[in-house]
Amino acid sequence: MRLPMHSLGRHHLAWGLIAAGAVALVAYAEGHLSGYERTVLGFAGIYAMLAISLSFSNGLTGLFSLGHPAFMMVGGYVAAILTFPANRKGFMLPGLPDWLATVQWPLFPATLAGGLAAALVAAVVGFPVLRLRGHYLAVATLGLIVILRTVVNNANDVTRGALGLNGIPRHTDLWWILAWLAVALLVCWRLKHSSVGRSLLAIRENEMAAACMGVPRARAKLAAFALGAFFAGVGGALWAHLLTNLTPGSFGITLAFMLVVMVVVGGSGSLVGAALAAVAVTLLGEALRPLEQAAGAYGLVQILIALLLIATLLLRPQGFFGSAEPSFLRPRPRAGAADPGAPGPHSRAEEREMSP
Amino acid sequence: MTTGYLLQQLINGLVMGSVYALVAVGFSMIYGIVRLINFAHGDVLMVCAFSAFAVLLVFGLPLWAAVLAVLTVGAILAMLIDLVAFRPQRAAPQVNGFITSLGVAILMQNLAVLLLSGQPRPFNLPTWLRTNLDVLGARMTVLEVVTVGLTLAVLAGLLFFVRRTRLGIAMRATAENPTAARLMGVRVNRAISTAFALGGALAGLAGLLWAGRAGQIDPLMGFVPGLKAFVAAVIGGVGSLAGAVLGGYLLGFAEVFFVGLLPPGYGSFRDAFVFGLLILILLVLPNGLLGRPAEERA
Repeated sequence: MRLPMHSLGRHHLAWGLIAAGAVALVAYAEGHLSGYERTVLGFAGIYAMLAISLSFSNGLTGLFSLGHPAFMMVGGYVAAILTFPANRKGFMLPGLPDWLATVQWPLFPATLAGGLAAALVAAVVGFPVLRLRGHYLAVATLGLIVILRTVVNNANDVTRGALGLNGIPRHTDLWWILAWLAVALLVCWRLKHSSVGRSLLAIRENEMAAACMGVPRARAKLAAFALGAFFAGVGGALWAHLLTNLTPGSFGITLAFMLVVMVVVGGSGSLVGAALAAVAVTLLGEALRPLEQAAGAYGLVQILIALLLIATLLLRPQGFFGSAEPSFLRPRPRAGAADPGAPGPHSRAEEREMSP
Repeated sequence: MTTGYLLQQLINGLVMGSVYALVAVGFSMIYGIVRLINFAHGDVLMVCAFSAFAVLLVFGLPLWAAVLAVLTVGAILAMLIDLVAFRPQRAAPQVNGFITSLGVAILMQNLAVLLLSGQPRPFNLPTWLRTNLDVLGARMTVLEVVTVGLTLAVLAGLLFFVRRTRLGIAMRATAENPTAARLMGVRVNRAISTAFALGGALAGLAGLLWAGRAGQIDPLMGFVPGLKAFVAAVIGGVGSLAGAVLGGYLLGFAEVFFVGLLPPGYGSFRDAFVFGLLILILLVLPNGLLGRPAEERA
């Protein structure tokens, strides 16, 4: 039994420094940076949160879901409808039932509701869909994006359809994003390094063997999927109140692709890796945007990101950090304890060899 | 509802189904041989449509040159993509190939936007292809007749190739078990390249037909046919060529009847319907209509 007082190690110091740095950055940004710069930083934070949750739900279980944008759309719309000024709901969104048309919630309960709604959708959809394997799941979740987008596009009276919902109050500031980012990281980190995380890794490495060892695979996969969707929903809610408008077109295959790039480049299953890749990709894309516009070379950023993805897969397919976390953030392993992120003797690289 | 209307819907379904089948067969063939969901397949179609545009409307060459161009460009492009992006990671987990193909697709789309601009361009085939014919009270353009006839001919040729020729047998052996095929002296990489080339050429042909039907082309035009081809292939059972053809036609008919027979307000739900159908089929028949069950080993 290790008592926390006695085990303050190097990694506690590292985490403390990171937390202090993040708080200092947000305090500085909220006081001194322009609205545009704060929006960019906010997006970096939201993407980091989304990448963490996707790296958790996809990377650890080996599921390959592209459904994050769909869950973000659910979370975004639910939260935006809840916070929308009640006096403008009548003519903007005439299709709302009375009990929704009169409410005007603050941000926190609305984001929570958005996340829960997304998790609920994930649980309902995941129950049948998670039985699908590999790329079948990818395409089924892609289908989920298309289906939800069609629904939102056609529900004009509740979502304003393809026109998009604008005039959402700008409730999201960097403090909210930092707080949710910290929650996402903490929850995913604790779960990854718990028995739950090991069950998920067992499913990833060899699903049938995991089932034979007594891992409740259906329940474990569903839980990971719903947790990922919860944070996607929260991310969508924060996004809506940062950008102040929502259009169904924003939550498509391009967004799914961006998130996949972040997770693959950072390392599937590595939370910190995915977060760092998310921040890097967001800031890089934003830095190159003026160049793209000046040269009239639209699509340049996407091309570079696609090349980054392909190069990563060819040269370092496990991503920057693999499934592990940077060593200075982890407690020193006790004797005999295995690193849960390290690939075992039968890693997935052998999948094809084993079942041709 | 008159018989004429019903016949018209049947014809529309047949035409859409033909194009879907052409794309889906290539898609399914590639999956069958390397277990790769090739998301960039639809973008090969897009590039071929642009090369047909160049041949017909920029250089003013005749139609046969455009057909030759789409077949060559499709075959070479698909083989090149395989060589550069997929072959180096044959040993990697299957999902890596899928993610790579997603990257290739985004890369090709944006390169096309960058180099050719995102504006749609009008794409008009020669007028004789666009004249209307009267078929038992329903209307059908020459292009549509050609689409159906060409598709059936090409698919018959493909089946013959895969079943009877040495290279076709080598392809099937590789699909069955690459290691064993290699031990038996099959040139596995050549068989795989052939599958990509054939798939690309078929996608190219579909691109020409699709563009001619739509009357315009743009860099993102490959997304919908690519996705529909995937759905068609899954319905039929990925890896099965006959299944892909069946899936393509089923999807074509299902779509047309969904739009044609339901009240007009539901038309915009077509894509949602297609994917709903896909998910339903995956759940009830995880291996599609004609696919074989995947082995599961611990």
